[in-house]
Amino acid sequence: MTKEDCKKVVLDIISEIAPDEDLSDVQPDVRLRDQLDLDSMDFLDIVMELRKQFGIEVPEEEYQQLASLDSCADYLTPKFKEVRA
Amino acid sequence: MEASQGGDSFDSIIIGCGMAGLAAGIRLAMYGQRVVILEKHNAPGGLNSFYFLGGRKFDVGLHAVTNFVEPQGRGTPLGTLIRQLRLPRDAFQLCPQAGSRIAFPGVDLRFNNDFSLLESEVARAFPEDIDAFRKLRQVVLEHDALNLEAKPLSAREVVSSHLGNPVLADMLFCPLMYYGSAREHDMDFDQFVTLWKAIFEEGFARPLEGVRVVIRALLDKYRSLGGVRRMKCGVRRILLEGDKATGVELENGEVLQASHILSTAGWAETKVLCGSERSDPQVRANIGRLSFAETISVLDGEPRQLGLDETIVFFNDSERFHYEQAAEPFDLHSGVICVPNNYCYADGESLPEGILRITGIASHALWTGFDEATYQAEKAAWFPRIVESALRFVPEASPDAVQERTVFQDMFTPRTVEKFTSHFGGAVYGAPNKSKSGRTEVENVYLAGTDQGFLGIVGAMLSGISMANKHILMAKQ
Repeated sequence: MTKEDCKKVVLDIISEIAPDEDLSDVQPDVRLRDQLDLDSMDFLDIVMELRKQFGIEVPEEEYQQLASLDSCADYLTPKFKEVRA
Repeated sequence: MEASQGGDSFDSIIIGCGMAGLAAGIRLAMYGQRVVILEKHNAPGGLNSFYFLGGRKFDVGLHAVTNFVEPQGRGTPLGTLIRQLRLPRDAFQLCPQAGSRIAFPGVDLRFNNDFSLLESEVARAFPEDIDAFRKLRQVVLEHDALNLEAKPLSAREVVSSHLGNPVLADMLFCPLMYYGSAREHDMDFDQFVTLWKAIFEEGFARPLEGVRVVIRALLDKYRSLGGVRRMKCGVRRILLEGDKATGVELENGEVLQASHILSTAGWAETKVLCGSERSDPQVRANIGRLSFAETISVLDGEPRQLGLDETIVFFNDSERFHYEQAAEPFDLHSGVICVPNNYCYADGESLPEGILRITGIASHALWTGFDEATYQAEKAAWFPRIVESALRFVPEASPDAVQERTVFQDMFTPRTVEKFTSHFGGAVYGAPNKSKSGRTEVENVYLAGTDQGFLGIVGAMLSGISMANKHILMAKQ
């Protein structure tokens, strides 16, 4: 999985959690919270969906790694490789 | 996930199929847990349920869904709830109120779902206090009421430190206490803030078909996620091994095992399920002292034709507002008038008949002490007194005209409340002290719902969601 695939996965999850958000123009280097109406409960759901759909665990102390699409890609891409291996 | 396979073994057991239990169940089932909701009664909804009588459907509990916002946007409890449960925006079919009022001797404050009306009413009726009122509002809006680890703080103290006028303070407390305070005279400031926002900043709404629309939306979602629900299935006790729970024993003797137990039964009630005696001082100290009775009059025609054109009226006839246990079967000094017809239903739809509900503080000890014949006779005797007393605050409506147009009536008392909610003392709002963190003395038994302390229907659902998230979904795998 490439970093671009990884961003796509995160956007797909957000569209499931928050179907009323416009995701057509999300800036990868800007905090998701600053451009979308997402709160801490929504971030919990992103984590829960990663676990449910891909078996990826994100410990609570590492939630901040999911702040932007770029940081998600940096943090999650190696994890996707691990679970695939 | 963690529990072993098998018919009697679950990841989580939820006690109580009310709003909190259903919302928690949806969250857990959504993330693959094997979850079962156990409910003592045959009807779901708990405090907010409905029943059929004389060919009609009646709501219990729900006067209004508070926390109504439109659209259900950022940072609002209703918006969060809809998202967390992955429900469609219009799942609850909420229609906003027409307008409500707080009525005290010689002074009225009208309010609706737009805060500016209340603000202008305060400026009109209490011109000297409007600046203090605005300052208090600022304090309320800046307060984080969702801090689950916060220490209790007296709302009376905070409010009186800003508002010097005790009548205005009482008028603001009246609806907030009636719609959620489990404590006499005072409430926790967190709860004051939560209810202020829910009632004054956000507002009232109702589905045309009442609370069953909300319950149906939750049941359908829970079922679609594979959640299991067992009705008429009371829990006899929570089974403990050391300081951990292993499961529950049902009233029919059956044993169900689970890794987590989320109880919406109440703080004292859950403690008793875990083995404490009802006479235990800690249990007794946490049984609520406030219960309610309600008269329901079915009218042959629109209530507005009889002068009843408001949604909710909170009234008090005394110099000060006394929110405390009733010394008589029913406290006629204050109460709440609710007319479910007076919501702005979509497409000009309306209820088939007029409904007038009047709720007030009632004595649990007296109503449960009557023998059956006396109980029926007392209900019949109190009914017209309650209607007459409340209608003093709606001068356009005459009690005689209302009586003449009444085609059916029913009344519930603290005895009914106790039967349907299983709350000790018929305490609608549960224990005077809340467990905001949801923790109990048993490490894998958690509280949600009324005694966790989020209030109203939206609050109850958020309580179920937050406790399921915090204690079960976020727990280390």
